[in-house]
Amino acid sequence: MKLRKDKLLSFGFFLIALSTLSALAVITIFIFVEGLPIINKVGVINFIFGMKWAPSQGEYGIFPMIIGTLSVTLGAALIGVPVALCVSIFLTEFAPKRVRTILRPAIQLLAGIPSVVYGFWGLTFIVPTIRTYLGGPGLSILAGSLILAIMILPTIISISEVSLLALPGLYKQGSLALGATHWQTIHRVLIPSAKSGIMAAIILGIGRAIGETMAVIMVLGNAVALPRSILDPARTLTTNIGIEMGYASGEHQQALFATGIVLFVMIMLLNSVAQFIVRKR
Amino acid sequence: MKMKIRPKTSELIAKFIIWFVSILVVLLLFFIVSFILIKGLPTMTWQFLTESPKDMGRSGGILSTIVSTLMVTVLAVLFATPFGVGTAFYLTEFTRETKVTRLIRFSAESLAAIPSIVYGLFGFIFFVIYLKMGWSVLSGGLTMGVMILPTIIRTSEEAIRSVPIGYREVSYSLGGTKWQTILKAVLPSSFPGIATGVILGIGRCVAETAAVILTAGSSLRLPTSIFDPARTMAVHFYILAREGISMERAYGTATLLIIIILAINIAANMIVNRFVAKNR
Repeated sequence: MKLRKDKLLSFGFFLIALSTLSALAVITIFIFVEGLPIINKVGVINFIFGMKWAPSQGEYGIFPMIIGTLSVTLGAALIGVPVALCVSIFLTEFAPKRVRTILRPAIQLLAGIPSVVYGFWGLTFIVPTIRTYLGGPGLSILAGSLILAIMILPTIISISEVSLLALPGLYKQGSLALGATHWQTIHRVLIPSAKSGIMAAIILGIGRAIGETMAVIMVLGNAVALPRSILDPARTLTTNIGIEMGYASGEHQQALFATGIVLFVMIMLLNSVAQFIVRKR
Repeated sequence: MKMKIRPKTSELIAKFIIWFVSILVVLLLFFIVSFILIKGLPTMTWQFLTESPKDMGRSGGILSTIVSTLMVTVLAVLFATPFGVGTAFYLTEFTRETKVTRLIRFSAESLAAIPSIVYGLFGFIFFVIYLKMGWSVLSGGLTMGVMILPTIIRTSEEAIRSVPIGYREVSYSLGGTKWQTILKAVLPSSFPGIATGVILGIGRCVAETAAVILTAGSSLRLPTSIFDPARTMAVHFYILAREGISMERAYGTATLLIIIILAINIAANMIVNRFVAKNR
């Protein structure tokens, strides 16, 4: 009797747990069903490598936005990753306990600040600064990269901190006992040993940068043309959806869902790679 | 020719850079927060908080957006908490690691990685159009519910795992059933961790813009039921700032957002700290 009840209970919780799987399935199905027809009509190659996005003329090419997304993300990673690694090393190796107890919640706060607030700060501080000192419209890939670099810090810091903390204390003691300096220990022993966790952290951070919308909308200028320099405005896949969903209908709206499919596939690939790296450990 | 730097020198340089960069990050955070607060705090009057927006937000306060945020958030949490906590219990108490749990975990990780704008697209096509809920608090709340599900699962799972096995063994040895054990032994001691997850979920709901604007809409009228369209504070702030309607009110709204996020973070930290202290 008791056993049967337990089985029933277990089954009930199993059904609840299926919610994540079914949510993922429903999201995937609805985005694809809505977006695939237009990709079929335009052709995958033309859609992804098409240079011209002109919904009013029925032209749907998202290549400039793919380039926009990649360049902003690359910029964010180039600035954000070294900074994040410094902070995570600081947290695990150098920070006095007092400092740590302040810094950790501060990083958490950085993660909690709404993306529109970052965007607004970028618009009212970073954009004019770039315009004044570097020229161009200010609304640019550089501005987007800077904002995203800040926004991906918490993700990269917290995950790489966890993987650095998870290392056995013996690694460090052994290295120090052999006469290595603290820094030699960090960059020859600790970082290589935590490599897979740090890689996963960076990939997840990159995923965040690719997926961010509102902050980027406000500082990127959103021009559909292919950017020529980091001081040019650009448009990403996310901002393309964010800007035009408000008024799009019919085929145009489908094309935005198709943009969402490309974004979705990129994120899922990155996420699978990150999970694979973590598992392998 | 390769220049050789003495280990002691490189140690000093590295230490300096790491300290410098870390301090810079803290200063940056401080700068961003105070940049908004200094310009926004003067706007934060009682009137601003208790009056509804007038003239598209050019004048008046932000009451309707506060109410909208509250309604969407409560709905999202009510929807996500049972599913999130239930899933966490299933993963920890009912199975070993199998293909099924790996699949469930993969789904949760994937849900966490999906960009908010994609949630917006999904919520729009599924809740707003397909289920005919229209732009409404309901559509927005459910979309946000799915979005915060992984956060709640992850924190709850950690909290449940940290409950000592002994608690369960004592409960079983006293003749407790599985249900009684979960309800009376495991749930109470993992409650603070679960609460932290829910609080972090609340924070995400308050901060979210992209997913909410596509599902709850951007109507400034005070929503009276969950079937009404709504404009949350984050969406209001975005529209005010982007369309240059009123910078003063944009700063004011952003200030309230930051204060709420700050309070949420402090609350979450206090719960965790108290919990850790109690368990040591």
